[in-house]
Amino acid sequence: MTDNLVLRVVAKLLIPPILLFALYVQMHGDYGPGGGFQAGVIFGAGLILYGLVFGTHAVRSVAPPRLLAIIASLGMLLYAGVGIASMIAGGSFLEYGALSLDATHGNHVGIIIIEIGVGIAVAAVMTIIFCVLAE
Amino acid sequence: MIASHLPVLQVALPLIAAPVCVLLRRGRWAWAFTTIVCWGMLAIAALLLDQAMGAGPISYRLGGWAPPIGIEYRLDGVNAFVLLILAGTAALMMPYARQSVEQEIRPERQHLFYCVFLLALTGLLGIAATGDAFNIYVFLEISSLASYVLIALGRRRRALTASYQYLIIGTIGASLILIGIGFLYAKTGTLNIADLAERVPALGETPAILAAFAFITVGVLIKLALFPFHLWLPNAYAYAPSFVSAFFAATATKVGAYMLLRFVFTVFGAPFAFGTLPLKEVLLSLSLIAVLAGSLAALFQTDLKRLLAFSSVGQIGYLGVGIGLASVTGVTGALVHVFNHALMKGGLFLAAGAIAYRLGATDLSALHGLGRRMPFTMAAVVIGGLGLVGVPITSGFVSKWYLVQGAFEEGLWPVALFVLVGSLIALAYVGRVIEAAYFRAAPEGGEPVREAPWAMQLSIWAMIAGSVYFGLHTDLTVGIAERAAAVLLGAP
Repeated sequence: MTDNLVLRVVAKLLIPPILLFALYVQMHGDYGPGGGFQAGVIFGAGLILYGLVFGTHAVRSVAPPRLLAIIASLGMLLYAGVGIASMIAGGSFLEYGALSLDATHGNHVGIIIIEIGVGIAVAAVMTIIFCVLAE
Repeated sequence: MIASHLPVLQVALPLIAAPVCVLLRRGRWAWAFTTIVCWGMLAIAALLLDQAMGAGPISYRLGGWAPPIGIEYRLDGVNAFVLLILAGTAALMMPYARQSVEQEIRPERQHLFYCVFLLALTGLLGIAATGDAFNIYVFLEISSLASYVLIALGRRRRALTASYQYLIIGTIGASLILIGIGFLYAKTGTLNIADLAERVPALGETPAILAAFAFITVGVLIKLALFPFHLWLPNAYAYAPSFVSAFFAATATKVGAYMLLRFVFTVFGAPFAFGTLPLKEVLLSLSLIAVLAGSLAALFQTDLKRLLAFSSVGQIGYLGVGIGLASVTGVTGALVHVFNHALMKGGLFLAAGAIAYRLGATDLSALHGLGRRMPFTMAAVVIGGLGLVGVPITSGFVSKWYLVQGAFEEGLWPVALFVLVGSLIALAYVGRVIEAAYFRAAPEGGEPVREAPWAMQLSIWAMIAGSVYFGLHTDLTVGIAERAAAVLLGAP
């Protein structure tokens, strides 16, 4: 589809807002609808659209699958790391309230970090699945 | 401080270790790391069992949320015992894994293999540790998805169809369990197992509870691979990589048996399942058919791994007999058999894998003369096989002793008879293996075959020696199993 001018222009116009919207959904997740999984899917969809229009080699050069596998693992470790951190802070596993002296504040911080972990893991895995299937 | 966190560490440790394996990028490093993690988990499981047997059930609040709203990990004698079996099997099998995986899995995938293995282990441990019905389903899916991947990695292309078949049947089973849990939640408004155990019997024989019972029981029986739901098992075990066959033969169906025990005895209660509903008749007849059909099918196999897989179908029948008897002796027999069969069948599949490692095949005809050429591996096969038959001094005898005793207590002598007939058939199929290996001459002009590497021998013999040790020293296994059975049946 790389020779289709309309598609290329529209994709170029759409991809940046899609990625930006993913970040919005990510950061807005603890106030309203959204969160890490949705954000990750939207971000992954942006990369997949890029791959559909410009070819898998393009998406591979932006986000090499090797790097994506590392990012996905780091996302999962970020999630589990919050669980361990809250245990070290004196709570039970994933009891984020223990992360700060103020339980509400601790919950806030814990959820944001966990959702970031989920977000980058989901975005990376979505893109890996696309790259594997597109081969 | 750490002691109070052990229940969650048991499940979280392999979950955290899995992505680390991806980051390590080298098969051998991932193997070393996985080995350390597995032995750490065995230590945790031993400490937990000690705590659970000593001070009664351990409760852990995940995320600090109090049950029944939050997820609770609740360990009593039953699941602490299952955790020990799972962690122990994984730890004992790890020395075997390195060479076996290096031969069977492509180098660039080896670190990912250990990642998926740890995820499967996480799922199995999670099912056993959690005290939340929906959490059981989540962990069931984690372990199942990981096991589809592991089985599909087998060397032959038929591994893919075997894995696909398991995927379809396994997904149906898991969905049925989920529907059943949904019914329970709709009627009781709770997912906590201890809470369900109080509310479900009070509801009695309402249609929703009956439907929940039917869905959950059938779903679990599919996962347990009890006849007639066993169709996925032989292919999955026969075509999976050697290490995977051995690990799942020793663990996956055992967790299925645990789920059956937990749902039938704890959630629904024995009076409902065995008094109001005819689960006893259904389970006993299916199990006895499984014993006979599985063992007979094993008799006609020409491949060692398939023979062992069909033998597993038969051995699962014994678990079903013990659970179906619904008495302390019967359930003790089932729990002891869970432990003993994990050791015997794990060791046998490891030995079959070692033969495949040297010969590249496990056909019975390829085994000719192997008694001389791979003496240690074949000796392990013989001892493990005698355990399947239930010869005294092997641990298989102990579990069958309790099953037969349980059957006589209930006055069900035909059940005892079937158990013994099953053993005779087992003697026949083990005899075929022995005949091929010891009484047939090696093919002439064949390449010389060396004994399996010592690291693989170590794992094989750890499992087989364990099965003999626990045949002689039954205090530990039977003691724990008796108390666990008493907990399940609500006896003091």
